[in-house]
Amino acid sequence: MSETNLEKDKRKIKSEKKMRDIMTTYYIDAKTARQNNKKVAWITSGGPVEPLIAMDIIPVYPENHGAMIGASKMGVDLCEKAETMGYSNDLCSYARSDISCATVNGGPIGGLPEPDMLVCCNNICGTVLKWYEVQARYFNVPLFIFDTPFCHTEYTKEAKRYVERQINEYILFLENICGRKMDQDHMKEVGKISFEGQKLWQEVLDTAINKPSPLTAFDAFFHLALIVTLRGTQQTIDYYQGLLAEMKERVRAGIGAIPQEKYRLLWDNLPIWYRMKWLSQKFAEHNACLVADTYTSAWCGSMKYIDESKFLDSMAEAYSRIYLNIGVDEMAKMVIEMIDKYDVDGFVLHSNRSCKPYSFGQLDIQRVVEKERGIPCLMIEADMVDERSFSESQISTRIDAFMEIIKERKISSRVRETES
Amino acid sequence: MDTIAECRKIVDQPYSYLQKLKEKSGKRMVGYVCSYTPEEIIMAAGAHPFRLFGTKQNIHLADSHLQSYCCSVVRGILEEGLSRRIDFLDGMIFPHSCDSIQRLSDIWRMNIPFGFHLDLVLPVKLNTLSAQDYMIDVLKKFSTDIGRTLQVEVTDNALRKAITTTNAIRQSIKDIYDLRSQHPRLMPGSDLYTLVRASMIMDREPLVDLLSETLSELKAKAGEEKADASLKRIILAGGICNHPDIYPMIEDAGGAVVWDDFCTGARYFTELVQEGADPIARIAGRLINRVVCPAKHTDLDGRAKHIVRLVKEENARGVIFLLFKFCDPHAFDYPDIKKYMDEAGIPVLLLEIDDPLPAEGQLKTRFEAFLEMV
Repeated sequence: MSETNLEKDKRKIKSEKKMRDIMTTYYIDAKTARQNNKKVAWITSGGPVEPLIAMDIIPVYPENHGAMIGASKMGVDLCEKAETMGYSNDLCSYARSDISCATVNGGPIGGLPEPDMLVCCNNICGTVLKWYEVQARYFNVPLFIFDTPFCHTEYTKEAKRYVERQINEYILFLENICGRKMDQDHMKEVGKISFEGQKLWQEVLDTAINKPSPLTAFDAFFHLALIVTLRGTQQTIDYYQGLLAEMKERVRAGIGAIPQEKYRLLWDNLPIWYRMKWLSQKFAEHNACLVADTYTSAWCGSMKYIDESKFLDSMAEAYSRIYLNIGVDEMAKMVIEMIDKYDVDGFVLHSNRSCKPYSFGQLDIQRVVEKERGIPCLMIEADMVDERSFSESQISTRIDAFMEIIKERKISSRVRETES
Repeated sequence: MDTIAECRKIVDQPYSYLQKLKEKSGKRMVGYVCSYTPEEIIMAAGAHPFRLFGTKQNIHLADSHLQSYCCSVVRGILEEGLSRRIDFLDGMIFPHSCDSIQRLSDIWRMNIPFGFHLDLVLPVKLNTLSAQDYMIDVLKKFSTDIGRTLQVEVTDNALRKAITTTNAIRQSIKDIYDLRSQHPRLMPGSDLYTLVRASMIMDREPLVDLLSETLSELKAKAGEEKADASLKRIILAGGICNHPDIYPMIEDAGGAVVWDDFCTGARYFTELVQEGADPIARIAGRLINRVVCPAKHTDLDGRAKHIVRLVKEENARGVIFLLFKFCDPHAFDYPDIKKYMDEAGIPVLLLEIDDPLPAEGQLKTRFEAFLEMV
């Protein structure tokens, strides 16, 4: 049954346009930074951006750029270019497309503005270290490595000392490049705003607890851009306040993200950027809403470690204990919490060839979920940017089969409920 | 040489050797997965360290834990644990190296019921004071952890003794490498491979004698060796080398492997631990100063320059890179290292390998073509 345009319009998230405008302005500012005597830092998605904002340096995210490349289906071309440069096609497709894009200024926005410095935090993977080394050689600019020891089972006092010292080194690095001191009061303010932004983002995601959910994970993937790129700025707060109000209004009016929400699903790993629309329609056809995901909540998942009044000090722990820098068993625990919180009927795992630290361990997480909650799980083999690793017919068939299982389970559980 | 035959037996059947060693010596058997493991601390805790290289046997149990795009080394190591072939093991050490080994540690902890499990979360960058301090801190923590686990006190004296042993081993292997570099026909490359690999498995005390005897024998033999200028001197580079078959293929094609940059080769033995006070700080010093693995950071072009320098020092004609499929750190380094090689006029051959190796004929042809060119 196809939806009328009126219904579609009702369902459309109105804040989207504002978001596009903010991102356009942001990229124009970044690309004209030189003319305005501003410095540009390339930084990893999990990196501590707040000191950059406090120093009035424009942060640019190659990973966000990678996502745009993927979403605009330009990934294959750029990945192939990187392969002709000698980079193996088994490497991360964000890295491959960024590395080749830098040499040709290609992609959807004609390349990123050249960096004055690179800030690489390895709390998301070891890949960023190698990727940023490549770019530091290419652009011949200073590289700061923010090394966050992996927390398999604990955040040790040794690691704490090391990471805290690096915060001072990081600030010194920025001060040296900018030739001026950091304004500590401004830094405190940025820290507060960052924390506030994370809280708001979590609240936006939490509205998915409602039935029907006012937003899907696909929406979250889109609206995520600000908490990643502009964390610590007032406009992030303003935007998420607006988005939150819109979501609350939808909840009040009973407007769901999909026409008929019968089944609720949880998504794991990065999005498959070039098939977002196809996937969201595919699940919607089955009346399934992906209400939550492990990816977008990573930017607010370690808030419990932040002390708002002592942002810089507590930042060390918060950045060390983000979702990808912890053991698989702890990740499984967080997945179980999300399953309960959002009351989901099934778990979809994107086994992402590009992201080894996110994907290795998924099979064990799946087993834990099946054992502890008994819900059906589906693993999709794909890649976040490189479409060559996506087999549409195979994935389509598997989603159909998975949804059949979920429907049957739901029916039989309803029958059990009526019988009792 | 009988020694090589003995080593080959150990390399082919490491677990039966280790089981016997355990029964005979009563030492605890501690496996590890990366050359940044401080063997000295394990030895000072009265245990026996040995490296796991992954299985050559059919990997199937690991398939339900690791996807197909994980390297065969990590999959192979997990397979050994899941198959219970190493259930005599008393513990495993997982140093932080790459993303895949990091997850291997988690999966091991969640699935392997035997033996203790210790993570050694080393710094990733090595070139700052805070990272160097953290290296010492984390090794001290490891020393306390392993001592507590094995209920022994790891004393400075025991550490110094272990350092003397491992330094002697490293020095002997280096001397053998040097001697063989001068006289490549002194022993086949695959024999040297076997010797070094056995060194990562064998009881270290008798190993010290075995290596020094081997060195003396080789020295005696070296006098009779005539220099052969027609031999094409080659350097191998990459991560782990699990393929002894490669050496005779290169030798048959008129080449000789005179040095390498493998973590199962030269990166294992180069750089000694300085002797003196605070032995753990000295062990940390070696890990910081040794030739770097691409999963760690010291600078932007250190590895490339190191390989260029090796080529010059060893008077080699070319470098063959053996890169394991799905080994990200090496794959990221390769294109820029290749540029350095090109600028220095050094011919390079890249082989992306997996277990099992491609058909022998196919590899031979590539080696022959490369050796003809250099």
